[in-house]
Amino acid sequence: MKGDRILGILMLLLAVAYGWEASQFPEPFGGAEAVGPETFPLILAALLGVSSLYLIVKPDADQPWPGVRTLLDLGFVLVVLAVFAAMLAPVGFVISTTLMVGVLSWRMGARPLPAGLTGVGCALVVYLLFNFVLELHLPAGILDLS
Amino acid sequence: METLNYLLQGFAVALTPEHLMFAAIGAILGTLIGALPGLGPANGVAILIPLAFSLGLSPAASLILLTSVYSGAMYGGRISSILLNIPGDEPAMMTTLDGYPMAMKGKAAEALAISAVASFIGSLLATIGLIILAPILARFALHFGAAEYFALFALAFATLGGITGKNQVKTVVAACIGLMIATVGVDISTGNQRYTFDILELYEGVDFIIAIVGLFAVSELLFFIEKHVGEGMAAAKLNKLNLKMGDILQVLPTSLRGSVLGFISGVLPGAGASLGSFISYTLEKRIVGDKGCFGEGDPRGVAAPEAGNNAAANGALVPMLTLGVPGSGTTAVLLAMLISLNIQPGPMLFTQNAELVWGVIAALLVGNLMLLALNIPMIGVFVKLLSIPPKYLMPVVTLVAAVGIYSISNSALDLYFMVAFGLGGYLLRKLEVPLVPVILGMLLGPEMELNLRHALTISDGDWSALFSSGLSITIWSLAILGLALPYIIGPILRRRMEKARARLEVPEESD
Repeated sequence: MKGDRILGILMLLLAVAYGWEASQFPEPFGGAEAVGPETFPLILAALLGVSSLYLIVKPDADQPWPGVRTLLDLGFVLVVLAVFAAMLAPVGFVISTTLMVGVLSWRMGARPLPAGLTGVGCALVVYLLFNFVLELHLPAGILDLS
Repeated sequence: METLNYLLQGFAVALTPEHLMFAAIGAILGTLIGALPGLGPANGVAILIPLAFSLGLSPAASLILLTSVYSGAMYGGRISSILLNIPGDEPAMMTTLDGYPMAMKGKAAEALAISAVASFIGSLLATIGLIILAPILARFALHFGAAEYFALFALAFATLGGITGKNQVKTVVAACIGLMIATVGVDISTGNQRYTFDILELYEGVDFIIAIVGLFAVSELLFFIEKHVGEGMAAAKLNKLNLKMGDILQVLPTSLRGSVLGFISGVLPGAGASLGSFISYTLEKRIVGDKGCFGEGDPRGVAAPEAGNNAAANGALVPMLTLGVPGSGTTAVLLAMLISLNIQPGPMLFTQNAELVWGVIAALLVGNLMLLALNIPMIGVFVKLLSIPPKYLMPVVTLVAAVGIYSISNSALDLYFMVAFGLGGYLLRKLEVPLVPVILGMLLGPEMELNLRHALTISDGDWSALFSSGLSITIWSLAILGLALPYIIGPILRRRMEKARARLEVPEESD
């Protein structure tokens, strides 16, 4: 019930903001036509608005949401992925991948040693495969020897 | 006769050593993707698109690779259904009903072999159906104008929830989100900036490949973490194969019936592979009646749904190729591939890119043979791979997805987008908002707006032009029917499918 209502309210806000923005588009160069840049977005805004009202009025039953610990776990995983993205170019593929895959499999229940080995193993395999077989260059980062 | 000619040309494309190799790689990867629980066909194909893209494969090679993955995944889904009692992908659900009991009786190898043969028959017949039906439909679709196309896109969204869809409003919401994302960027017709907020990276719009990988692959990882299923399941033992010709002959009529039903539900909008295998199974049960032992390990109960879902998978290619309107998640992902290769699907595809289309169709036939060859003797290898626990597998899959995205443009920003889409996909799935309409919206948005624009420019701004021809009225009425029908017959069908699913739980509890 709650989930759908929140979704409905958010979508309603989105529809209003999106539609308002569309109505502010400047008239295109060469004069207005039957279908301007704003026509299609306005139709979408109306459609989304009506559907979100329906969701607010007639929400479905909620699925069970995970507890706080699992939510923290999920947040942690997202952070790990974001850190991976940030590290990739400056630090290099092998190190960031080892960390990312290692930490993820540890979070999924593997013991630290096998998790770390999985990380190193797949980092090396993917790196060698990409750079030497497929010839797609992944960032070497601080391990660049040349 | 003309068709036969084209098909021969297609074989000339498909049988080059390079393309044969890609078909084989695709078949192996696809079977794996289908077999591993949590890595569905749409997900698997999505992960491979950026790779095919950045490797610079030719359009024919990438399409052959991905369609082989697609049909391979349909074969693979049955492996975990039979051995683990967990469907590897959704259409394989019905296969668990008799497949797992057969495995429990020590007939796992027979169940796998029979289902491989049934899959082969299903794919083969459906590909023949595709060869016959697609050119006819393509020729017919040449009569479509802009208004008809606009209506057709609406029909695609309306039926996407499927007849068994629970909440149609959520499908509409999802479609709106996708279409809205598609409007971000510089408007192609007027040059106006829309929703770019002066951020340079948004001028070209949001790349749908990033969205697809994020929505499917990353959200799947989050689901695995939430459910704490890192350990994997104990698989049933694989026995030595003891299959007689008679066993195959026994399931032959079943497979043929299942194929026809599956193909039809694949072609029709809103039905899809899951319903195809469901209908094939229930009908077979009714035809055989009390003589069978359905639910306790009847080989026909394995053959029917497998023939059905493989046939439906190939049938679903018909609307995707001829109209550019996919009816399922995986075909939507294949459409994404076509669009990013700058190939506009639709009726013109069969005239402008005849060599490519027929090459892909021929590759389907070749790949099907390879899959049969692969799936009977090499089944042991796949079974071994099934025992890799998800705690090691999912991080590696996520890595491959991320590397693929990164290799398109070498930008960390794309990876942030992917993670954001992953979070969004997770939240939407928790709220039971389907993801496929979001993707389809992103894919079809530009084309839909363009057709609206053309239709109204031709009619000089008269909106009734959208509903003026008999054809467009028919399509609109079908769309409305597609939205309304689930409310009428949906509950009945859903209850039946639930019942089948509930019976699935029983053996687990009695252990």
